Amino acid sequence: MKTDIILSGVGGQGILSVAMIIGEAATRKGLTLKQAEVHGMSQRGGDVQSNLRLSEGPIASDLIPLGQADMILSLEPLEALRYLPYLAKDGWIITSSAPFKNIPNYPDEADLFAELNAQPHVVALDVETLAKENNVAKSANVVLLGAAAAFLKILDVETLRKSVGAIFAAKGAAVIEANNRAFDIGLEYVKRLNPSAL
Amino acid sequence: MEQRNKLLLLGDQAIALGAIHAGISGVYAYPGTPSTDITEFIQESPIAKARGLHSSWCTNEKTAMEAALGVSYVGKRALVCMKHVGMNVCADAFVNSAITGVNGGIVVLAADDPSMHSSQNEQDSRFYGKFALIPTLEPSSQQEAYDMMEEAFRLSEEMKLPVLMRIVTRLAHSRAAVAVKEEFSEVTTTGRPSAATDWVLLPAIARRRYLEVIAEQPQLEKLAETSPYNLFSPAREAGRAKRGIIACGIGYNYVMENYPDGCPFPLLKLSQYPLPKEKIATLAEQCDEILVVEDGQPFVEEQLVGVLPSRFVVKGRLSGDLPRTGELDPDNVKQALGLPSHEVYAPAQNMVPRPPALCNGCGHRDVYEALNKVAAEYPDAKIFGDIGCYTLGALPPFRSLSSCVDMGASITMAKGAADAGQFPAIAVIGDSTFTHSGMTGLLDAVNDKANITVIISDNLTTAMTGGQDSAGTNKFEAICLGLGVEPEHVRVVVPLPKNMEEITRILREEINYNGVSVIIPRRECIQTLNRKLKQKRASKSEN
Repeated sequence: MKTDIILSGVGGQGILSVAMIIGEAATRKGLTLKQAEVHGMSQRGGDVQSNLRLSEGPIASDLIPLGQADMILSLEPLEALRYLPYLAKDGWIITSSAPFKNIPNYPDEADLFAELNAQPHVVALDVETLAKENNVAKSANVVLLGAAAAFLKILDVETLRKSVGAIFAAKGAAVIEANNRAFDIGLEYVKRLNPSAL
Repeated sequence: MEQRNKLLLLGDQAIALGAIHAGISGVYAYPGTPSTDITEFIQESPIAKARGLHSSWCTNEKTAMEAALGVSYVGKRALVCMKHVGMNVCADAFVNSAITGVNGGIVVLAADDPSMHSSQNEQDSRFYGKFALIPTLEPSSQQEAYDMMEEAFRLSEEMKLPVLMRIVTRLAHSRAAVAVKEEFSEVTTTGRPSAATDWVLLPAIARRRYLEVIAEQPQLEKLAETSPYNLFSPAREAGRAKRGIIACGIGYNYVMENYPDGCPFPLLKLSQYPLPKEKIATLAEQCDEILVVEDGQPFVEEQLVGVLPSRFVVKGRLSGDLPRTGELDPDNVKQALGLPSHEVYAPAQNMVPRPPALCNGCGHRDVYEALNKVAAEYPDAKIFGDIGCYTLGALPPFRSLSSCVDMGASITMAKGAADAGQFPAIAVIGDSTFTHSGMTGLLDAVNDKANITVIISDNLTTAMTGGQDSAGTNKFEAICLGLGVEPEHVRVVVPLPKNMEEITRILREEINYNGVSVIIPRRECIQTLNRKLKQKRASKSEN
């Protein structure tokens, strides 16, 4: 089995922490992993993406070919759509529904969401509001990871949850607890929405 | 068998650890994407700290290369790291280092950036290796990058030549598990003295050394023929193949991505140069045509094709089978291999680019605000830019800059323009770029009493690459005075909206002064400031 994930967002939103948690879980499970990141100029509020490839066997390319990503995991809806040609026909888009408008010509929101929701396999959730309402405002990206967890067949939910703890281990019990809660909020959201996905 | 630990490492980090494990005495580097993480890893490495390895940043790539030569001279190993365009800055020292030869091993790591994710050009550093007549290595994976480092230093000392290691962004900035040695080399020394008869490059000595380096070339080719990194695998089926493939560096991965069950064609994986001619001849005998898959420029393809018509068909970037520019990816390689493409979703309709921008609260913003205000008061003001975060001042909303060419060119272009009658001629340069390559140009301007206004936008760090130490911090006024700028025309301001009136007034005064003025807007980078505040809060909450 193999799973290819495109992580996307805007520079500074924290997609690399999400990648780190999934990477930790994959390493713990003994999977092969390659993860191409973006550093440098694009981090200044531009679009950023990371190609994360997990496999039970060897992985050749650091980059995911067109039409082969099993998931686009995005912290921003426009950024989720940016990588559409990379998504496999049966792949899922799991994205935050909160637009990050740092450009003057951001597309019309109604048009953007109409296009996003017209895709066959989409979960769009407002991770920032969900995080704020549950007093874990700083962990919106982990809420998104929780939502994705239900779809990541190559990694079981418990392994991922353990990795959330492992990544935040140095930051103390309160931070670990908040992030575990954030993870469960995302997971529960998806379970309510789409029990057939589990 | 030797014990190995598996670590999840960026290509850059694998190189750094490989160099530490090869027993280097230090790393010498100037920050530049995608090479920066190598030196940062060594700076944070517990082994490097325990060994006291040199890892502080150099003022530019040339000072880095020269310091490494000094390390080598006394018999120790040094790693030099830079982005591809840094090779141009250190080229004088780099090319001559093949003529002096080395004593302790030197590995020069050039991180190329095909597709220009964070660069001004996509020059291919392998040309520099050939130009300097030295061995060049091009790892295809993070594991190979780690393993090759030890080999590279050994090769450097064996051949008494520096070794160039060339990587690209997708190797530098991609993570994979790397098996690393649990027992590794101490800091090494050759124990040999260096001889002035090699190192003093007077013409008589240089001529002799040049002949010696040329005489070594057959041996370098032989080493490439037998290198474990240059692997030839014959076709799966017997008989002549329709096609053969030469896959260089990470190009190999993209070929294999397209043949998950193994490549059906004869394949030469190439990771050590000069070109292994015999291996290439063997490949050519077994196929009708050769496809060269190489990231960057058509370095191998050009050498195979030559000028005159040949009976061999060679395809690649020159022939148009692969794109002439931009990085390789699994999809353009798939197309070149003639494989059918996947069914894909069409690009989204509601799509706009999201270019990077100066951070909110960044001092450069206030500098451009002020500059635009004052420049608009003149019929034809020109603002010459430079390399750094502040290059983003060329984009909306500011659109302030007329140029951005290379490190330091703001000052010298403003000077040349002023020489030719341009007024006002304004240069904008960052603090780290100024010490990297701006100081010499400022001296030219002072000596000619050029009518230019230089803005050294000082945010106390090398911000673009993530906040590395800047060589000139706290020294800029002294440097400018030392270079001969008149004291009354070295002005310091704090770029904040509340100071806009003062900043614009000083700008006007200095533009109207007929001579060299330097204005230093100084305020800490908002990114490094926030990071420090965060760390402070974290250490407070721990106590």
